[in-house]
Amino acid sequence: MSHHKLEVNDLHYSYPDEHKAVKGMSFCIYHGESVGVIGANGAGKSTLLMLLMGVIFPSQGEVCVADVRVTKKTLPMIRQRLGMVFQDPDDQLFMTTVYDDVAFGPRNYKLDEEEVEKRVLQALEMVGILHLKDRAPFKLSGGEKRAAAIASVLSMQPDILVMDEPTAALDPKARRRIMELLHSFKHTKIVTSHDLDMIYEICDRTIVIKNGEIAADGLTSEILVNSKLMDECGLEVPLALQNCPVCGSEKTKI
Amino acid sequence: MSKIMNALYNMRILDDLARKETIIHKIHPLVKLLTTVSYLTVVVSFGKYDIGGLLPFLLYPSIVFGLAEIPVKPIFMRLLLVSPLIIGIGILNPFIDQQIFMLGRMEISRGWVTFLSLFIRSGLTVTAALLLIATTGMDRIGGALRMLKIPRIFVLQLLLTYRYISVLMEEVARTLRAYSLRAPQQKGVHRSAWGSLAGQLILRTFDRGQRIYEAMCLRGFTGEYNTGRFKEIRVGDLAYLAGWVSFFAVARIYNIPMLLGSLITGVIR
Repeated sequence: MSHHKLEVNDLHYSYPDEHKAVKGMSFCIYHGESVGVIGANGAGKSTLLMLLMGVIFPSQGEVCVADVRVTKKTLPMIRQRLGMVFQDPDDQLFMTTVYDDVAFGPRNYKLDEEEVEKRVLQALEMVGILHLKDRAPFKLSGGEKRAAAIASVLSMQPDILVMDEPTAALDPKARRRIMELLHSFKHTKIVTSHDLDMIYEICDRTIVIKNGEIAADGLTSEILVNSKLMDECGLEVPLALQNCPVCGSEKTKI
Repeated sequence: MSKIMNALYNMRILDDLARKETIIHKIHPLVKLLTTVSYLTVVVSFGKYDIGGLLPFLLYPSIVFGLAEIPVKPIFMRLLLVSPLIIGIGILNPFIDQQIFMLGRMEISRGWVTFLSLFIRSGLTVTAALLLIATTGMDRIGGALRMLKIPRIFVLQLLLTYRYISVLMEEVARTLRAYSLRAPQQKGVHRSAWGSLAGQLILRTFDRGQRIYEAMCLRGFTGEYNTGRFKEIRVGDLAYLAGWVSFFAVARIYNIPMLLGSLITGVIR
């Protein structure tokens, strides 16, 4: 049994308005893998993440984390293993200081205050914002907020990190810092994004979603260069892999 | 719109102030909460014609302001926010209670006295409550309430409402900004848009609230808002509480300004 394995079997989900957001997805993510989940707007990425985290439950099929099925009963255990970073860090930072926010998860698991402090400082150190620990989250810059949101998840010491658009709305330097940070993590990672250049750099494997179904699942280096597939799924080849914008000459080496 | 943004900024000043490390800030939250509650109870217990007796109670906020290094202006501005409400409640007093009251040679109606008394009492109580927040922080007040065994559902409601206010105000500011940019010649929001604007806000706030709740649940939230461990209550904390409570009791039982006055006039004679 691997603590880091995540398995999705024939997953289906319909919203109350009968809209079928997920139609029969199956995949398995193993220890240490870094997986990008991409797709056009409304393809079902966010719904998939919510299903993985047990925020909503599938109408058919199952999600298993470390061979344990995600149900209401197993949620506390599952949520310790899976940490999710939200797209909007403001949704995730609701306490008055960065420290309290990062401590929120460990405190909920009734750890003693010394252990909480150790974890908080370690998490803040990992994302490089230890100096901001006493600041109010609303006063941080976009990049700092994102780092704080990541720290708030790291302090729970999850095996698997799930991230929704980790580089959205960041300036280029902040984006680069977050990417380096993600690169340095040894966790199993699941990243959804429209930033395909980031996916190309961070993820070895990519799952492409189209209309609630898996359109492709394989090596990032093969999928993202497939312009036909990308086009069919409402995406395009990452900018870094496209032809030169000045002279139009083709990339010869990837 | 800028007023709303200012209000938002100002609201968070209390959180900032609560992070100072003065002698008052270091006092145990439970002690500060109990001191404030006893202060409020005593101030409210004064009769409606009793203005003189209230004057010694200015001492408590003055000392807290000084020792906690809290700027007066932001607290005063918040007092102004409540003042229309107080005026609304008390403005009819001078017309209803028209008995004559002599102040030196001046005749004034007793209604004005009750109005003034109401105004002073509301000023003192609201200031004391704001000072409690500005020297303790809402999270720690919540923790103190839990120590008093207040049911967690009420404490949670209080804490989350406090956080949600800022969420709602951010949404309001954003919506109004979008509105005003497309309606440059209007002052305020036209009444035809009130309904849809308010509806939009409610939906967006629900949405945001839902996401925040999900974020909390994903980090193991089960209904208890843990704010960390409190330090033990020390002797100094108890002395602070005992000192203030006895002062409040003395000031309630004896009319200190009158005693002082008669003492001074006695000496002069």
